[in-house]
Amino acid sequence: MRGAQSAGTVLCRHQVSPGCLFRPWRVKRAYSRPSHNGIVLYSLKGTMKRNGVRLVSVLLALALLGLAGCQASPTATARPQPTAAKPTPTAVVRKMGQLLLATTTSTYDSGLLDYLLPDFEAKYNVKVNVVAVGSGQAMELGKRCDADVLLVHSRAAEEQFVAEGFGLKRYDVMYNDFVILGPAADPAGIKGMKDAAAAFAKIAEAKAPFISRGDHSGTHIKELDIWKEANITPSGDWYLSLGQGMGETLTVAKEKGAYTLSDRGTYLSRKDDLGLVVLVEGDEALFNPYGVIAVNPAKCPQVNADLAEKLVDWLLSVETQEKIAAFKRASGLPLFFPNSEAWRAAHK
Amino acid sequence: MSELFRGAIQALRLILTLDPQVLSILSLTLRVTGTALLFSTLMGVPLGGLLALKRFIGRRVVIALLYTGMGLPPVVVGLFVYLLLSRSGPLGYLGWLFTPRAMILAQVIISLPLVMGFTMASVMGVEPELRLQLASLGATNWQATWTILKEARNGVIVSIVAGFGSIISEVGAVMLVGGNIEGQTRTLTTAIVLETRKGSFDLAMALGIILLALSFIANAVMLVLQGRRLE
Repeated sequence: MRGAQSAGTVLCRHQVSPGCLFRPWRVKRAYSRPSHNGIVLYSLKGTMKRNGVRLVSVLLALALLGLAGCQASPTATARPQPTAAKPTPTAVVRKMGQLLLATTTSTYDSGLLDYLLPDFEAKYNVKVNVVAVGSGQAMELGKRCDADVLLVHSRAAEEQFVAEGFGLKRYDVMYNDFVILGPAADPAGIKGMKDAAAAFAKIAEAKAPFISRGDHSGTHIKELDIWKEANITPSGDWYLSLGQGMGETLTVAKEKGAYTLSDRGTYLSRKDDLGLVVLVEGDEALFNPYGVIAVNPAKCPQVNADLAEKLVDWLLSVETQEKIAAFKRASGLPLFFPNSEAWRAAHK
Repeated sequence: MSELFRGAIQALRLILTLDPQVLSILSLTLRVTGTALLFSTLMGVPLGGLLALKRFIGRRVVIALLYTGMGLPPVVVGLFVYLLLSRSGPLGYLGWLFTPRAMILAQVIISLPLVMGFTMASVMGVEPELRLQLASLGATNWQATWTILKEARNGVIVSIVAGFGSIISEVGAVMLVGGNIEGQTRTLTTAIVLETRKGSFDLAMALGIILLALSFIANAVMLVLQGRRLE
């Protein structure tokens, strides 16, 4: 059995390798031990072994830090929790007492759901998880059984969704309306027009820049309907299909000084920093109804049908509808107008 | 530009006041990314080393696939994981969709090829004569491999740092499979997307600054703890 020093020396003196791979400092750290056949082996207990251990411990620490932070986080108590034992970070969304609501960005980003849902969660001791996406994606989530309830605004698609058996029934919940926005200078001269299709035709004629959502959302589908009504297939340099949410679309429209179609709620919540003005409003074609649909348990046995039904009923109740009517932005204007059957009956 | 300034101020304020929401977002981000990185390191480093040292049929094809994997668009990974974990997908029964587990899975898929690829490249960069030397000293195959990995350590560190960078900043996949649910699957990046969409550019910028700071600290800690031998 030879010592590490001598093994290192041999390597450095007699090998042709450039730069002598086993540099003395490493040899000093290494020690040797006899192997089963008595030959000296280069030891594994070098610096890097410890470093390797360190690295793994850093990673572990990172993960644990997140875990610890999560446990200690007070946010979990900010929203009413369903059970005394608050959901651990790995809480599976699909457990009893949890409901997945797929909705459009407009209802979530405007703050409406944060304002409404805590009441429901407290009343039924459940947790509603909100996934805010475009109406198109929300309905796709429903079709694939990944959501329990949908709150969307794309009337024709909703009715098709129910007709194909994916949803139980579509109920009117509320509405707001779409507005045609544009720069104050209004190069196409549509200000004050009462006919959305005619206004679109004028924009196309002037080839004024127009930003389309282009993401199969409720707003996009509404926009396509209006183009159809105007008998125009929009194309060309002036028509920009963005494929993003309402917020991004408004930002781009502002930067480009372009026209666009927006739901009034998102517009109002962004009004101050936009510099876009409402040019056309009030046309019946710009009506924007929101519907709620519980996913059909016959197609998706895994859905939380019982709670889904409770949420639907609760949304349609006069009490909740009053709260929707009372929901206002800082501007003081209502964002959504209640429209359930119960509410209409109560306010005849 | 004023958004940048206000964002920096707000970032400081959020951190100094230990804003509970930001803390929960931060801890989830760390937990998801840390766990994903742990998995991809534990798998990626040995696999990368193996790929560099072993000769087998189809190795070049595997390497070409690996290089492709290094450029995987996160959204595609997200879509794949979504379809896998969707209730109508093959692993739907796990109930992982819209939970941190789904996000970890997506991030492992994104970072694993990076860790593997960079590890492989750095191991292949080690003097080939070293193996012969070690063999001449009587090292077993396993011991020789370990020594070569040690020689390649700087590259291995870079591979882990690259893996970390790719997932801490990733948004497309976690948005899709996590769903950006408040308090459960909202990470720094998805929160930034949400705030941008809402037009709260200050807050979005503040979160962005926090993300950068977090990334910097994590990388610095990794390097410091790696020790003095980083030449």
